[in-house]
Amino acid sequence: MKDLAIYIHIPFCYSKCYYCDFCSYPNRYDIRDKYIDYLKREIDIYARKISSHHNVKTIFIGGGTPSYIEGRYMKELLNHIYKKFDVSNLEEVTIESNPKTLDEEKLKIYKESGINRISLGLQTMNDSLLKEIGRIHTSKDFLETFELVRKQGFDNVNADIMFNLPNQKVKDVEDSLIKIIDLGIEHISFYSLKVEEGTPFHKRNEKGNLNLPSEDTEREMYHHGINILEENGYKHYEISNFAKKGFQCQHNLFYWKLKPYIGLGMAAHSNINSERYGNVIDFKEYFTSIDNGNLPIDLENKEIIDREMEMAEYMILGLRLLDGINKLQFYNRFGVTLENTIGSSVLSKLEKQGLLIVGNQNIKLTRRGADLSNQVFMELLP
Amino acid sequence: MSKERQSRVRNFSIIAHIDHGKSTLADRLIEKTGLLTQREMKEQILDNMDLERERGITIKLQTIRLIYKAKDGKEYILNLIDTPGHVDFNYEVSRSLAACEGALLVVDAAQGVEAQTLANVYLAIEQDLEIVPVINKIDLPSARPDEVKQEVEDVIGLECDDAPLISAKDGLNIEEVLENIVEKVPAPQGDNDNPLKALIFDSYYDSYKGVIAYVRVVEGVVKPGTMIKMMATNKQFEVTEVGVMAPAHLPVDQLNAGDVGYVTASMKNVRDARVGDTITYAKNPTDSPLPGYKKVVPMVYCGIYPGEGEEFNNVRDALEKLQVNDASLVFEPETSVALGFGFRCGFLGLLHMEIIQERLEREFDLNIITTAPSVIYNVMKTDGKQITIQNPTNLPDESEIEYMEEPIVDLNIMSPTDYVGVIMDLCQNKRGIFKNMEYLEETRVSIHYEMPLNEVIYDFFDALKSKTRGYASMDYELKGYKRSELVKMDILINKELIDAFSLIVHEEKAYERGRIIVEKLKDVIPRHQFAVPIQATLGSKIIARETVRALKKDVLAKCYGGDITRKKKLLEKQKEGKKRMRQFGSVEVPQEAFLTVLKYDESK
Repeated sequence: MKDLAIYIHIPFCYSKCYYCDFCSYPNRYDIRDKYIDYLKREIDIYARKISSHHNVKTIFIGGGTPSYIEGRYMKELLNHIYKKFDVSNLEEVTIESNPKTLDEEKLKIYKESGINRISLGLQTMNDSLLKEIGRIHTSKDFLETFELVRKQGFDNVNADIMFNLPNQKVKDVEDSLIKIIDLGIEHISFYSLKVEEGTPFHKRNEKGNLNLPSEDTEREMYHHGINILEENGYKHYEISNFAKKGFQCQHNLFYWKLKPYIGLGMAAHSNINSERYGNVIDFKEYFTSIDNGNLPIDLENKEIIDREMEMAEYMILGLRLLDGINKLQFYNRFGVTLENTIGSSVLSKLEKQGLLIVGNQNIKLTRRGADLSNQVFMELLP
Repeated sequence: MSKERQSRVRNFSIIAHIDHGKSTLADRLIEKTGLLTQREMKEQILDNMDLERERGITIKLQTIRLIYKAKDGKEYILNLIDTPGHVDFNYEVSRSLAACEGALLVVDAAQGVEAQTLANVYLAIEQDLEIVPVINKIDLPSARPDEVKQEVEDVIGLECDDAPLISAKDGLNIEEVLENIVEKVPAPQGDNDNPLKALIFDSYYDSYKGVIAYVRVVEGVVKPGTMIKMMATNKQFEVTEVGVMAPAHLPVDQLNAGDVGYVTASMKNVRDARVGDTITYAKNPTDSPLPGYKKVVPMVYCGIYPGEGEEFNNVRDALEKLQVNDASLVFEPETSVALGFGFRCGFLGLLHMEIIQERLEREFDLNIITTAPSVIYNVMKTDGKQITIQNPTNLPDESEIEYMEEPIVDLNIMSPTDYVGVIMDLCQNKRGIFKNMEYLEETRVSIHYEMPLNEVIYDFFDALKSKTRGYASMDYELKGYKRSELVKMDILINKELIDAFSLIVHEEKAYERGRIIVEKLKDVIPRHQFAVPIQATLGSKIIARETVRALKKDVLAKCYGGDITRKKKLLEKQKEGKKRMRQFGSVEVPQEAFLTVLKYDESK
């Protein structure tokens, strides 16, 4: 039996944030019932294929805004998985949520459904910045919701915090971090805004109307943030993720450690049996595929991962973790040493450039290497 | 029999200023002679290199045989040999003209006689060709055929009374042109019974037929089976095929004295059929070769190097192939610290240089790097010796130089009067010395300057085109050498001298040029993990400096399950880009950096 992670995509939200390029539709709320129904059918297809030799370790419900639709849908979905898969070792079930859309009733149902981790899309505690990036909630909404979350007994909570926002100051970042640290939150995703093509921010940026912090300021926000978080007992365990001891996100670790996962729902990605693929991103196509009894895969972007590529991915994703790659684990998985795979000249070059630390047991990024990780990853591609 | 046929042969070329309609006229002549069906007619059939089509100019020689039934009831064989229109290609023009007895002079009915046309007309007159004037574009509203006729008579001294007034575009009066050719251009002389004398005016390598030599037979006959000898090399071959261009290769039984056509003789190497050489019989050869062509002297030099992943040998082979039918191209191997093994190449002028570069890239599919063009400087050394320098890197140390001389050209710019001000500013800024200005007509002037060639080759032409919105044209001719205060400017990237960027510039221009180059380089050199200083220096003195800031952030903030494929593609793209860079010490410089520093920048 192999460990498996399951991701479920809920492509609905109240409104799109100005930076969002995820697959999410604010105006398709009416179709949610049908969509959930098809998700269950997709679960059935997978169950037939792989449930006999996989047991589910983690489930992550993302979006969109999964908390935007009624709580009962989550219950239905999760119960369906529990029925079709071996969940005897299930450790972590996360749901992403928007502070404005959670209430006591939903939280209760989540709890009953086995959800044990709540991820709150906060982004910043500065209300004017929240408005400026298109969020529908305020910092007060967040505080109230957080209280409800705790009241329902959720002891593993994440908040997303963004920096590099238009008009944001280093002080804003610091304030937001300190406020949520004071709440004792277990996990913090702390990531830099990237202006993605096709978003309203992108358009504004092209026109020069998006007052983004300078590159220097952006790095200052990051470094300052890291310092604050580390001083307060959060471990910087991935480039953009921080957790108190014992609260690293088990589900995301599947991605970074290149362990098998399947994605259910539109645009969700899977990596299983040496294949990586994404699902279609169109409702109609999604429904049609499942009606025909097929997995709703976008075949054009399906990738067969050969051994060489698997090793490269293992290193690239593994190095995102600040503990780096364990040499012995690498050897056990691939039957060759990490040093031989990278090559001694590349390895010593990256060391000399101050990007990589080659230790006795691990190879890991330096702090500078975390800033310039693409410079390292490029070298690791086959 | 053969004399009667010879009396029906006419060999002619067309002389015209760029865009006075030469190619269009050629198309019409082909159409009218009924050689091709409408469907076969590609537009502007003579310009068959892509490059020519794009730039609207004719570079390589083309020849075509037309059959025309004249009003006198006889069938004439008209051989049209195309000539390039640009002054850089004078050499090729004289090649085509040597194969002809006559030339059509096409003059634009609106614009009148242009300077470049004149140069070619004089070449034709020098070679005793009969010149047949044709006034084209009479369909234009601004056409003024009578004045232009008068102009041709005044300027060239050519009788123009019965010059055909045509519109090649509309196909108007084309018959008249053909009749004029038949009447005015003399039939070739020469005797089939004399020993063979045939002038090779072009040749190229064809993968099916081997080397194809385009010839004008002056005396004798050539046919398959003939044993021939190349007079310059004494090499002998047996002729396998002779034929004419109609417009594709059309084999014929023999080429007679006076004919124009092609010869193949299982020659493997284009050097076996050297342009300008005379072909004769292996046995019973002629006693003296035809005059051939005078050697041309290159005016502009630049380094051509294999780009990333390109083989030195491929570049050499391509240059050799181009040289065979373009003797004006010269090259020799050279080495650059920055770029490795390459070639120093000499060209007739700037256009010639660009054409060769583009042909290397397009026809031979080569990836090349070109260094900044240079001219030939005379260097008087303190020890009394005089040397010439075409590569700035070879300039002796300052202490060994008594003084230097640079080439000066007579520059002639023709432009609508509206742009006189900006042109004069530009020329002044390029160290030009104003000579005079003539009104060609009320709204058109010809402005004469003396200018260092070194300024002309930098970005003058692009600047002129840009500042006059393409309305001005220019032409230059070497005038001589002049003592000048010149200095060698070096470019240092990350404190390392990149010899391929070195330039010889006038002292007064050094600061400006240095500043522009380092600014441009700053924009094209990617950010590295460390700060990269870019400096322009004169000797040990730094005259300009910019810094490419160190890369502070190169990271993907988010990478979850759905991001991996996309982000991996980004990384692969980034890696690809890196591969195409040139490594100078620890700095990577993209190939386009070499181009960028040469290009005219409109913003400045």
